Amino acid sequence: MSAVLRVSALTKRYGELEALQDVSFQAAAGELIAVVGPNGAGKTTLLSIIVGIQAPSAGSVSRGGGEVGWAVGWAPQYPALYSKLSVAENLELFARLEGVADPRAAVERMLEQTGLGDRAREPVGRLSGGNRQRVNVALGLIGDPPVLALDEPSASLDPGQRERLWEFVAGRVAGGTTVVFSTHNVSEAQRYADRVLVLAEGRLLFDGAPRALMEQGGESESGDLERALVRFLRERTSTRAGT
Amino acid sequence: MRWLLRKDLLILGRSRLLIALLIVYPVAIALLIGLAISRSPSRPRVAIVDETAPGETIKLGTQRVEVSQYARQLFSQVQAVDVPSRAQAVERVESGTVVAAVVIPPDLAARLASNENQAQLEVLYNGNALEQSLARSTLDSALAQANLGFSEQIQKAARKVIGTLLAGGRLGSVGGPESLIGLDHVPATLGAIAARQPRGRDRSQLERIEAFAGFAAENLSVAVRVLSSIGQPIRVDSVLLHGRRTPLNTFAVVVAVSVSLMFVCVLLAAGAVALEREEHALARLVRGLISREALLAEKTLLAAGCAFVIAFVMLAGIGAFVALDWSRVGLWVAALAFAAVAFGALGVAIGALAREVRAASLLAFLLSLPLAFLALVPAGSVSGGFSDAIGAISFVFPFKAALQALDAAVNGASPSIGLSLVHLAVLTLVFGALARVGLARTE
Repeated sequence: MSAVLRVSALTKRYGELEALQDVSFQAAAGELIAVVGPNGAGKTTLLSIIVGIQAPSAGSVSRGGGEVGWAVGWAPQYPALYSKLSVAENLELFARLEGVADPRAAVERMLEQTGLGDRAREPVGRLSGGNRQRVNVALGLIGDPPVLALDEPSASLDPGQRERLWEFVAGRVAGGTTVVFSTHNVSEAQRYADRVLVLAEGRLLFDGAPRALMEQGGESESGDLERALVRFLRERTSTRAGT
Repeated sequence: MRWLLRKDLLILGRSRLLIALLIVYPVAIALLIGLAISRSPSRPRVAIVDETAPGETIKLGTQRVEVSQYARQLFSQVQAVDVPSRAQAVERVESGTVVAAVVIPPDLAARLASNENQAQLEVLYNGNALEQSLARSTLDSALAQANLGFSEQIQKAARKVIGTLLAGGRLGSVGGPESLIGLDHVPATLGAIAARQPRGRDRSQLERIEAFAGFAAENLSVAVRVLSSIGQPIRVDSVLLHGRRTPLNTFAVVVAVSVSLMFVCVLLAAGAVALEREEHALARLVRGLISREALLAEKTLLAAGCAFVIAFVMLAGIGAFVALDWSRVGLWVAALAFAAVAFGALGVAIGALAREVRAASLLAFLLSLPLAFLALVPAGSVSGGFSDAIGAISFVFPFKAALQALDAAVNGASPSIGLSLVHLAVLTLVFGALARVGLARTE
């Protein structure tokens, strides 16, 4: 399995605070990876370094053989869209800014994939939260990047909107796109992710399949990943406190 | 940058209120200023009570002028309302139908003719402070002119009398001698008579009178010159040391255009940058799609371009009312362009600090308004330390430099336009650098 994304010994410091400490992992093509952990664990910091918004204090991020930058698609937690522009205009603007060879074709493709073709001319400001998030994700994919980073993509969505969003993401993953997403909703990680990364206090405590995390958290295969995560974190924290 | 500029223009075009404001604002301001400048100020309504006898005249030297004619001339700068009595004048002032009343007392002519007692006019005021100030300054100016006129007439009469006393001739006053010998001729005449007298007491007396007459004639000649200096003790000679004097109305045009340019440009630039943050798009843009410097340059150019067009339309519109020198249009363009870019840089610096459009707009407005006021405070009208502080603040923000550049471009005023353009260019770089620092954080 060749890695499309390689994160090596990533460290990020804000003065005295170490937001990330020596985090390393790799992602293969078509993998769907969930980054979970408590508030302040470093999930958003990790994603923002992967997508090139922040520079690491130490370590590196690479895609295939080269450096990553905006070649990693990105959908921030709050939809980064121009509310006075239509869906199609938003998509076309970013397609042109990313230097996509045929911007209009890319817009058509994304409209079709997001199922927003009939609302292409509608101003984004008039869309529901779910549809806005779909456009937000579509903007991250407009340049057809091999890796997509999603920061808490379903945070403000209702169950129906969440379902439609994951269907869309799953379609991209099936097409070979690697997706790394952060979430507080552990059941999403259980349902959709191939791998789970558990971060706490800037450290990577677990990297493996959801099933493996269930085992480590003392849950059966049909058990609850959230309960397993809480137990896993409690054990790790007490072990570290003991040492 | 081209696509970002296109996007901003699209968004701008969809804000109907903003577009309407950007079109209506310069047209309205141009019309208001043009009409205000092209029409003379309204004259305050003042009640005039003439208590002198009908047909009574004032003697000015050899001339006689009717009091009513004198009053009309005196109060030509106000909208005079003739009122028959002082009581009615008071009533009108109190009711506010006139802002002041002038009562010409019955003894005005007698007092003026006596040359001993000062003639007095009674003035009654009412209305708000502004109206009072206008009426008071108008009346003071009219009375000062009248006093000067009287003084000149009295001097003229006195000079004529003294001239006749010196040179001889007719005085023209009733009961005066038919032909005066004239003091200048007395010494020679007396000298000749004295020479024919034998030496003795009579000849000696005649020689003393001859000497006195010569001395008196010399001193009366001096008195004529003294009279002139008493009539107008201080005469003002104005000398402009450098530059051209800017007419007040064209300076008002320059101020109006500069203020409009600043407001439109600073508010647009600040809002455009803050919008990127408010829409959470900034992080998406600056992670490789466009550099922060290019983003700031695009917003500066967008705001400067819009503000430039508005300011130029305003200037051209006002030009329909006020005579502007169109041969200097190249300089107008240079001044407006440099000023717009400097204001744009100030705007993006404000926008980079704010997190949302409303905060950026408020900050831009709160900063721009005092800057305009401070730059217009005349040097020397406030205490030294405060004046220095105002000067320093005006120096580090673009409004004063923009005003000077535009004044130099439109009116050829000093300092030279080149100096102001360099000042604006330096401020553009400084505020551009501040904006870049402010844009370091993406959220």
